[in-house]
Amino acid sequence: MKRWIFFALLAMTWLTPGAGRAQSADEALAALASTSFNTVREGVEALALSGHPRAQAIVAALQNGKLLARADKALFIKNDDGTFAEAATGAPADVPAAALKPVRVNNAVRGAIEAALGVLRLFAPDPTARLQAAEAVFRSRDPAALPALERALVAEKDPKVKLRMDQARAAALLALPSATEPDRLAAVQTLRTRGDIEARSTLGNLTGQSPAVAEAAASAILAIDRTLQLWSVLQSIYYGLSLGSVLLLAAAGLAITFGVMGVINMAHGEMVMIGAYVTFVTQQVIKTNFPALYPANLLFAIPLAFGISGLVGIAIERALIRWLYGRPLETLLATWGLSLMLQQAVRSIFGANNKDVDTPSWMSGATELGGLTLTWNRMYIVLFSVLVLAALMAALRYTSLGLRMRAVTQNRRMAAAMGIRTPWIDALTFGLGSGVAGMAGVALSQIDNVSPNLGQSYIVDSFMVVVFGGVGNLWGTVVGALTLGIVNKFLEPVAGAVLGKIVVLVLLILFIQRRPRGMFPLKGRAVET
Amino acid sequence: MTEADTLLYLEGVTVSFDGFRALNALSLVLEEGEMRAVIGPNGAGKTTMMDVITGKTRPDQGKVIYQAGTDLTKLDEPAIAAMGIGRKFQKPTVFEPLSVWDNLLLALAGDRRPKFSLWARETANERARIEHILETVRLTEQRQRRAGDLSHGQKQWLEIGMLLAQEPRLLLVDEPVAGMTDAETEQTAELLRDINRTRAVVVVEHDMAFVRALGVKVTVLHEGSVLAEGSIDRVSEDPKVIEVYLGR
Amino acid sequence: MMSHRYTVAALGLVLGGALILAALNQLTPVGSPLHVPAYVVALVGKYLCFAMLALAVDLVWGFGGILPLGHAAFFALGGYAMGMYLMRQIGTRGVYGNPMLPDFMVFLGWKSLPWYWTGFEWFPFAMLMVVLVPAALAAIFGWLAFRSRVGGVYLSIMTQALTYALLLAFFRNDMGFGGNNGLTDFKDIIGFSIQSDGTRSALLVVSALLLCGQLLVARFVVGSRFGKILVAVRDTESRTRFLGYRPESYKLVVWVLSAVMAGIGGALYVPQVGIINPGEFSPANSIEAVIWVAVGGRGTLIGAILGALLVNFGKTWFTSALPEFWLFALGALFIGVTLLLPHGVMGLFRGRAAKPAPAAVAKGATA
Repeated sequence: MKRWIFFALLAMTWLTPGAGRAQSADEALAALASTSFNTVREGVEALALSGHPRAQAIVAALQNGKLLARADKALFIKNDDGTFAEAATGAPADVPAAALKPVRVNNAVRGAIEAALGVLRLFAPDPTARLQAAEAVFRSRDPAALPALERALVAEKDPKVKLRMDQARAAALLALPSATEPDRLAAVQTLRTRGDIEARSTLGNLTGQSPAVAEAAASAILAIDRTLQLWSVLQSIYYGLSLGSVLLLAAAGLAITFGVMGVINMAHGEMVMIGAYVTFVTQQVIKTNFPALYPANLLFAIPLAFGISGLVGIAIERALIRWLYGRPLETLLATWGLSLMLQQAVRSIFGANNKDVDTPSWMSGATELGGLTLTWNRMYIVLFSVLVLAALMAALRYTSLGLRMRAVTQNRRMAAAMGIRTPWIDALTFGLGSGVAGMAGVALSQIDNVSPNLGQSYIVDSFMVVVFGGVGNLWGTVVGALTLGIVNKFLEPVAGAVLGKIVVLVLLILFIQRRPRGMFPLKGRAVET
Repeated sequence: MTEADTLLYLEGVTVSFDGFRALNALSLVLEEGEMRAVIGPNGAGKTTMMDVITGKTRPDQGKVIYQAGTDLTKLDEPAIAAMGIGRKFQKPTVFEPLSVWDNLLLALAGDRRPKFSLWARETANERARIEHILETVRLTEQRQRRAGDLSHGQKQWLEIGMLLAQEPRLLLVDEPVAGMTDAETEQTAELLRDINRTRAVVVVEHDMAFVRALGVKVTVLHEGSVLAEGSIDRVSEDPKVIEVYLGR
Repeated sequence: MMSHRYTVAALGLVLGGALILAALNQLTPVGSPLHVPAYVVALVGKYLCFAMLALAVDLVWGFGGILPLGHAAFFALGGYAMGMYLMRQIGTRGVYGNPMLPDFMVFLGWKSLPWYWTGFEWFPFAMLMVVLVPAALAAIFGWLAFRSRVGGVYLSIMTQALTYALLLAFFRNDMGFGGNNGLTDFKDIIGFSIQSDGTRSALLVVSALLLCGQLLVARFVVGSRFGKILVAVRDTESRTRFLGYRPESYKLVVWVLSAVMAGIGGALYVPQVGIINPGEFSPANSIEAVIWVAVGGRGTLIGAILGALLVNFGKTWFTSALPEFWLFALGALFIGVTLLLPHGVMGLFRGRAAKPAPAAVAKGATA
């Protein structure tokens, strides 16, 4: 309490135009060189409000113990390389270290430093820093910052920062006992416009307001709650889309091998797992041998994962699956056995522990869009799944290989009669599905633990997606994956993560009862034969 | 024709698969005890018509009235079979791992519930009926063989035998002589005429010689509806029929 | 009849073997070269329970054509029902000494027993539940699935989803089944200490008796007219329908029967291994049970028992001798049996006499 009155008073003097500015800055600097903690504290507070261009650097140096004073009360800042600079100007100074003594601080001074830095950041050259400073004031609702805010608002050019400062001012104003009712009502309006959870908590914590203000605040809270609800629905949709795109990636390969070829590949999850391990190895190799390429390591991992998983897939088809065509249940068992062996092989080579796969810097972090938080890695995975799917559809539709694949799956004997080498097409189709699974592994390595069990956790979900969407229909797979993702994320807050998953599984089981061939079944006589 | 004589009556039956109309407002009347041959080019809707009658396919529109009271489109396959409609598939469909005898045993008219079948013992009556059918379809010698080991023609006959065991009032037969020798075809025609003495029969067939040998009323299907109806001589002179079917 | 000779031989071996092991454990002194240690008795008892699960799988897979990938769920449910009875027998001997509540409930701060634990302290009621709970779940699931003609691989995947959902559910503490740790620390069963050699021997003999009983029941079902219809449904479902049979009823009956058999296996498994936890629901367990049947020979019943015993002996040996290679061996078994030994070990015995012809399902969308 005492401090903000002090600041306010100081600010008043400063706000009065005319003389005193340079003088007060000089005085503040002089006070910093004092040996009295109290004077130093006052100096910090004064400097913060002085508008001195180097105020921030000086206070920061003080905080880090890098501000030193000579016997004549001249101040110097110790640079990181051991040289010195004049505190007031920043000019290099050639002074013997022995002549300098660090300015000492105690807890009271440290508190003042914190506050001063907060205010000073409002004037920082970097707009992001100013924005953060405004947010800090908004959260603290400290009326002490009002004067500095007013000044910063006048100087601010960036409209985004200005808006935040205005909101901070409104929050602080509501906590200032001397504020007038019209000012308060305007402040409530500002917070209502802002409309996020912070604004709501500020409004919710208001005490001792006049009835008119309290009423305005209550109605603003209602309005904000509605907006927040809308945003939370949107956020759930985003999470759902992101989960859906993960499911889609995991299931896209299955839509080929199971949906198009009718092969039940229980080792599909292991193709995903192999893709994830390819990503890990690629990263390690690039890190040690070509560090310059490291930021782009995923771009190398994607084709490698496609190729390696694809080749493994072709090998599986040639060695195992081709003997079991027309016996889906046997295929299921044999590929399950295969998945056990692949898991154990990876465990033997790489160990049972999770492997760390780095997320490139351009994929980390998040961006805000209104009330939404969009994490970059999820955004990239959504994008990636769209690209993979588009490429897959294009490959099936426009390439001659795709044409032959469709011919073979629709009428094997006719295709063979027309000279298509069906066994070769089978192998390639299976390889394509496996390769897509491998690419899914690259994406999953970014959001999940890379361990031998990686694939296991997705196999049930993937089958569900394909079955739900309708076998043999890539669009069905898309809709199936997104629906399941979104339903899952909407159930999670209501039922909890585990129960949500159970509910989804049960709903799916019930759904399959109603529509045994999925949402988009293939119709017609071809299905019956 | 009085209503009492009508066994089966299809009215405006329409079935489409993905926009393709397999049956287009098909109407057809079958009398009690009648034998009818249904012919038509590929895709005319012959098999779909059988699917609709036996409950395998549900029509989008239209009614299938059986014995002047029951709408078959509301029932499923077992219920329709229980009402006395038997069906023979184009490809012989028998229970391959079971013996010829057991195939007929399972087909015999009787209680179809699991509770009954768990405790059921073969009765003398059942044995006599099976023996009789075995003779009719000339499989007495093969009674203990696995049905899967029979020849193609024998399987066709076994399936007809199973239909007889079912004691239906209406028998639907889909291309019974496909892949048969001339002698077998002749015997099959005789067998069908024999069956027709006690029950109605609908035969779908491509083989014109066979249809002629049956000597019954013919319905020509084209694009899912009836193009012509009458004796084989009359339809084969019909210019529309010649154009879409015989002329090709 | 070939199969009758085999059945009699199997009954004799199972029952005789169990009696001899139990007798050697009970009647010879420890240290005698003939003495069978208690752990071997419990181990063999466990195998016999697995054999019941295998028998249940073979009944629906070999004769009903339904490949179940979630049968361990019924096994585990039977096990939980037995586990609940055993928990209630602990009484005040638990760590917290609470006369009503099992330790984990005290630990979770629960004040009273959940309603669904009522009656489980009473042995006949618990045994009724061992039968009824798996039967009820199987009936609901089967009624829904078979009625809407879900079949083949779809059905298999749904059974897997079912057991997966149960796995997740039983992991939750608030389900009231001990969460992650499951039910354990049992003390006694109908008054006999569960740890004593005598109880273990008795449990082994009871397991053998029940396994033999199940084999006889399965034989009866398969040999009846019902069994013939079931095989007909397995291979040519649409034909049976046009003959007036309702395949869904036949499948449902055999499905529920099979679930009950698996549940009884699970109930005997729990006192012999001393614990039941959600891990028993894991889909991998169910698929492993399928491979026992495949190894022994699908559709032969005796083969299922043989396969369960062989594979589990192998597993015990491998996991102690070459632990890293067990999964390789199991995986290779899956592949080898499906590719090279489609009729299992029993197929080797019978030569080419009685092939259980699996339906040749057309490749493509209907697969």
